[in-house]
Amino acid sequence: MLTRESLLNWAMITALLIVPLAAWSLDEPFIITLATKAAILALAGVGLNIALGLGGMISLGHAAFFGIGGYAMGILAAHAQNYEPLFEWPFLFEGSNQMPLIWLVAVVFSALAALVIGVLSLRTSGVYFIMITLAFGQMLYYFAISWSAYGGEDGLSIWVRNEFPGLNTLDPIQFFAIAYVILCLALVFAARLARSPFGLALAAARQNEDRVEAVGLTPFTLRLTAFVISGAITGLAGALFADLNRFVSPTMLSWHTSGEIMIFVILGGVGRLYGPVAGAALYIMLEHLLGGVSDYWQIFLGLLLLLIVLFARGGLIGALVGREKAHG
Amino acid sequence: MTYILVLEQILNGLQLGVMLFLMAAGLTLVFGVMGLINLAHGSLYMVGAFAAAAVAGWTGSFLLALIASLAAAATAGALVELVVIRRLYQRDHLDQVLATFALILIFSEGTRWLFGSFPLFLDVPSYLSGPVSLPGGIEYPLYRLTIILIGLAIAAGLFLLIARTRIGIQIRAGEADREMIAALGVDISKLYTLVFALGAALAGLAGALVGAIQSVQVGMGEPVLILAFVVIVIGGIGSIKGALAGALLVGMTDTLGGVFLPQLFAVFMDPASAASAGASLASMLIYILMAAILLVRPSGLYGGSA
Repeated sequence: MLTRESLLNWAMITALLIVPLAAWSLDEPFIITLATKAAILALAGVGLNIALGLGGMISLGHAAFFGIGGYAMGILAAHAQNYEPLFEWPFLFEGSNQMPLIWLVAVVFSALAALVIGVLSLRTSGVYFIMITLAFGQMLYYFAISWSAYGGEDGLSIWVRNEFPGLNTLDPIQFFAIAYVILCLALVFAARLARSPFGLALAAARQNEDRVEAVGLTPFTLRLTAFVISGAITGLAGALFADLNRFVSPTMLSWHTSGEIMIFVILGGVGRLYGPVAGAALYIMLEHLLGGVSDYWQIFLGLLLLLIVLFARGGLIGALVGREKAHG
Repeated sequence: MTYILVLEQILNGLQLGVMLFLMAAGLTLVFGVMGLINLAHGSLYMVGAFAAAAVAGWTGSFLLALIASLAAAATAGALVELVVIRRLYQRDHLDQVLATFALILIFSEGTRWLFGSFPLFLDVPSYLSGPVSLPGGIEYPLYRLTIILIGLAIAAGLFLLIARTRIGIQIRAGEADREMIAALGVDISKLYTLVFALGAALAGLAGALVGAIQSVQVGMGEPVLILAFVVIVIGGIGSIKGALAGALLVGMTDTLGGVFLPQLFAVFMDPASAASAGASLASMLIYILMAAILLVRPSGLYGGSA
């Protein structure tokens, strides 16, 4: 059955496809790049939303996974472009400029980082969890700044965008297609996850921990699994984002990035599957429109966010669809 | 590596520690009494520093600058509490995180709009500049020593305030049971505004004091805020004693690690890679400390249940 929310979801995901296609036919590559950016940031938000919306884990450290994905791309591609072996044992590996391999590395390493951070921070809950995820994210930020082998504070530039078999990734519309398809796959995955036994148990652990324990499930394991999946998806988004800019720097790891990814989720509406899509698209539009009016556009972003939190808790989708969805 | 260098670094660690305590005390009080996580605490630190730099620029008086930092941060804190924060006490942590993150954006961009992007400078006054000789033959900057003493004095004052005064009793009662204290006739919302403004004033003072050593710029509060979070997590949320212990621990670890880890690594590595590996590890040291303490005591050194 089509509810108003699912109609709106279809409309949004279609608009995200039509706008760049129209821009392509009108030869406006900049609009395509904006749409690509929105799709990639929405993907990062879809990742965070699995921890935040579904699992109720308020992670203020997702920039860590976003940045690890970015650095996975930066390090592999930098070695490939300079022909310096990344390691010679157990086999010679000279880095790579192939997107599928880069994505795999990004997903594996951000999942590993999420596992370690999750094991430590999920021992706590509530406000401790927020502060600890924030602190671990910041730890990686400072590490990246002091890691001079890969650019330190200046970051790493890649001259040519990495390759995907059969596509010309330098063509904006083809790179957009890659990001869009991955976003759609992630949305399908997140929807199925939410309806799976695992997703239902996770949502139950958010709502009533004791009852979940009473039926023989372990909330810690459920949350940790969700946190790792969430980190991996955000890491994949990080690799794509770095490829979009052909640049990675510690900024991707900074806690402002964590805050921004969270803003995408909230602007759209917490706990709503397509919330990050609406939020990221709105964020990019605001950045583009207000950024053109004033250098201090983030004041308006701050005010808007404040008003949404104080008075319109369902976010954009909530305002359009009407019914507020609890996220307690 | 002489013992004078070690003592000097211990004093530097102490100085960082007491400044972190000024930040962490407000955060932990606000959390303990109102149950609120305030990301915008770093903005109040920045407000204090900018107010001090502006007043020092007009009047040339460092003392007036410090008073201005207290007044500006307390006013900003009280205003923010009245307009925004008090709507958040009944909300969940997610709303608090987002609303206070929004406040950071507003404060940072607003300050950039008022003062521009270039850092301001706040000079150490002549009567506090220069080194002072301490027993044991240590030459230590007088200003840094003053900061340590001010910080310790404020810590002592805060303990007295909490333990011995009527306000302190109300604050502790508010932590324990907010319905009961309201039922006993204490104006709880006035108490909340007061606690928030007190925390803000301490943060603003810290900003002004540190602003004279470093530059005064937009975003200066955020690294300190995150260190203050680490302090609170280590010390236990809501505990002033824990904030002091955590602040000194983090201040010492960060300072001593930054100086001595590269030297330690140089024992078994060549100097260049020892410097970079040491610096990398030192930048992560306090977080490793935090993780280690969490493994042993998930609710911090002095924390009850969160």
